[in-house]
Amino acid sequence: MLSSQIKSNEIVFGGCNKDLLEEIIFYGIGLGADFVEIFIENTDNSSVLAEEDFITSVSPSFGRGAGIRIFKGNKDGFVSTNDLTKHGLMRSISQAIEMLDITDNKREVFNGLNKHRDYSLSKKKWINEVPSILEISEKLLVSTKSLKKNNKIITRKGSYSRNLQEVIIASSDGTYVSDIRLHQTVGLNVIASDAQYRSSGSRRFGSSGMPNEFRLWDHEKAANDVFESSMNMLYADYVDAGQMPVVLANKFGGVIFHEACGHLLETTQIERGTTPFKNKLNEKIAHESVTAIDEGISEGSFGSLSVDDEGMEPEKSVLIKDGILKKFISDRAGELRTGHKRTGSGRRQNYSFAAASRMRNTYIAKGEHSKEDLINSISEGLYCKSMGGGSVGATGQFNFAVEEGYLIKNGKLTSPVKGATLIGEAKEVMPKISMCGNDLELAPGFCGSISGSVNVTVGQPHIKVDSITVGGR
Amino acid sequence: MNSKEITTEISKAADFLNLKKWDYGASFSNDYSVQVDKGEAKQLKASQKQILTIRVWNQSNLVGITTTSDISESGIKNALKQANIASDFGNKNETTEFSPLAKDPIKVKEVKKRNPVGIKKLLTLLRGAEVKLIESHESIKSVPYNGLSESFFERVYANSEGAFRSYSKSQAALYLYARAEEKNKKPRSSGSVKLGYGADDIDIESCIKEASNKTISHLNYASIKTDKYLICFSPESFLTIINAFSSMFNARSIIDGVSLSNINSIGEKLSTEALNIYDDGLHEKNISSTPFDGEGTPTKRLCLINKGRIENFIHSESTARIFKTIPTGHAGLGSKVSVSPDWIVVEKSEENSDLKTTLDHSIYEGEFVYIEELNAIHAGVRASQGSFSLPFDGWLYKNGKKISIESATVAGDIKYLLKNIINIESSQEVTTTGISPHIWVDELSITGDA
Repeated sequence: MLSSQIKSNEIVFGGCNKDLLEEIIFYGIGLGADFVEIFIENTDNSSVLAEEDFITSVSPSFGRGAGIRIFKGNKDGFVSTNDLTKHGLMRSISQAIEMLDITDNKREVFNGLNKHRDYSLSKKKWINEVPSILEISEKLLVSTKSLKKNNKIITRKGSYSRNLQEVIIASSDGTYVSDIRLHQTVGLNVIASDAQYRSSGSRRFGSSGMPNEFRLWDHEKAANDVFESSMNMLYADYVDAGQMPVVLANKFGGVIFHEACGHLLETTQIERGTTPFKNKLNEKIAHESVTAIDEGISEGSFGSLSVDDEGMEPEKSVLIKDGILKKFISDRAGELRTGHKRTGSGRRQNYSFAAASRMRNTYIAKGEHSKEDLINSISEGLYCKSMGGGSVGATGQFNFAVEEGYLIKNGKLTSPVKGATLIGEAKEVMPKISMCGNDLELAPGFCGSISGSVNVTVGQPHIKVDSITVGGR
Repeated sequence: MNSKEITTEISKAADFLNLKKWDYGASFSNDYSVQVDKGEAKQLKASQKQILTIRVWNQSNLVGITTTSDISESGIKNALKQANIASDFGNKNETTEFSPLAKDPIKVKEVKKRNPVGIKKLLTLLRGAEVKLIESHESIKSVPYNGLSESFFERVYANSEGAFRSYSKSQAALYLYARAEEKNKKPRSSGSVKLGYGADDIDIESCIKEASNKTISHLNYASIKTDKYLICFSPESFLTIINAFSSMFNARSIIDGVSLSNINSIGEKLSTEALNIYDDGLHEKNISSTPFDGEGTPTKRLCLINKGRIENFIHSESTARIFKTIPTGHAGLGSKVSVSPDWIVVEKSEENSDLKTTLDHSIYEGEFVYIEELNAIHAGVRASQGSFSLPFDGWLYKNGKKISIESATVAGDIKYLLKNIINIESSQEVTTTGISPHIWVDELSITGDA
């Protein structure tokens, strides 16, 4: 349960903390900080794992802590602590000040906190509306039972996790915000085996701010999907490596854009000098059929939020319009160091990370083609129906695994293939996305980067990449 | 509260809630880190963290667990209550008990106590390292990924039967990843990581030198033709692949059906007789060593592969009971207790007459691919299926010349890889994840775009 216990000289969740927060910020500004930000959180998380026909793990966890960040010029110091007393927070801010070695006499003005923006008012009831452990367990067990469709399925798993995060954000520009975030995710996994053949299948679903969503989850459809995927791939041959055209499916196929391009449009990459797009604003960086968006406002999507971790409401950012680079994804430090305006994208895993510019719901906009148009346009290539994880290297090379793939021959899908990895570089691949389908769909995921693991949505319609390196055997 | 006081508090609260059997693991840490950008401090961080994980056994001997960062009297009571509620959903199919070794003596490495050097010194050291690395070669323009950190922590395990053990230690880490740029060429990047018990123990000069040499060595690059090649794995890359497929030795993974091995795999021949692999968390070179695992079982050296055959699996308390053996000190405390290796040691066994000892990466003049570092492990490894397809940094050695390979992947099957080891060089190298010599493997697929 979220704490409502009231103690003197301590942060009170659900209570008024204005005086205490102002006192701490005044203290930091008085010691010479240009800017002070306090991020406080209280979490109530739960996860359940079903394996075969048993619940094998139920893990509740509770956490509370504060992250205090101060800026002096372009430098920033960040201190995190579990101690939410006035003494603990004062000690943390002193430590942050000391780290930055502030010696000048210049003092910024702090006019106190603005009126409290409380986004949590309608959300306090969520904790009572989310499914109970019993309800979750029962549905997960039904789900894993649904996966038992033949004797080739040797491992069945269903997992659920719920993260309820209550946050208070206050800073010396007057920001004073509270919010409650709810994320739920449920996944199914199978391993199939027959003699020397092995395959696996997995699907994950997720939502934000929808306490009832797990109850509405169609576990039968999900189980059928996972089962079919594992069966299709069980006897698949390894793909032959080489350069070829590919069609990437919608939903999680969007991970290619997330990894290949999205990360390079975060201002943290400009700060590091590791994006090839640094000086490309208003220049063509992708095929004219590509329009790409990052936003935090789609209702219920896994990457949506009422307010970012720096107290700014998220905006819908058109990153690429008809192939032309229009915007970068920016946070407070990004704005300070690169000049790109904040986009409501300052995000962090929890209080122990400083916020950074991070993607939210990121997708390629729909085009006008059908999925069949894309496949029919290829004489020999690869259809990537389901993608695994991926990563982007320090110089922009990306790679990601194809979980479920099919060869395309003469405009038709043919045999399933396994072991494929897509490899490339964003600035070379983006101009090769020549066709976008009309079937945009989003899929939830977790993105790990400088400020920890955050919930995101990736998405796209079916897209065709004219040529890409496919790693295989 | 200190660890003794926490134990007392848990004991009192458990009595109040009529919970007779419990254990807990806790960790307390103070961490300091700095990053720089062209001589300027970029981000300076400090954190104090405390985490407490409590397990309770209810009257039906089912286990419930809770993790909390609130180590106050009320926080501990709440955690016990929540763990008790969770125990109603405890796994009836596989019970968990205290480790029978939770009171056995532990071996704690004697390491001189380090004190924090302070953020200012960390910053000075890192600034100096960044400058030296940039000055080491005209093509190195920046060090976009860098960091120097120190961590001081205490870990505790205790249970209601009187087991109590704790240890404190420190660890420091330096990483430098440089970016080199030359006209009309793609930027290239590489780096180095060094660990020490404290910031003063880190060999900063060797980290700079290694990061510089590695980055510069990739400046002249070319695509590679897709084909099968003779491969030499660096110690780091071979350890990466062994760790990625460590489920082969993991009893938990075997029980869960996600391992390539099964309960009868002890004795199975996986590789050449020349290969020995150990897990040795207490190895003198392992900076990250811990003297006991999450269940309080002492850490120890364990042979995983002896002369090419599987010798042992790694265990928690419950997997050891199922396999009718003893825990090996590899458990992580959780609602479902996890099992993972500590520190892998790869050696050449005495039975090494079948090795092609002419294959030595420093003198061999034939064609081969040297894999320096494997990337994107989470995306390219299918541990339950045995397959991998991984991007790598490395070189093609051909006609007496060495050229960096641009954007390529190596793909294969772990069992094929182990069976096709044709040489294990004599000299071992220490890395952050273990110790290994260079390992040669015949015929693995490389995908490039030449």
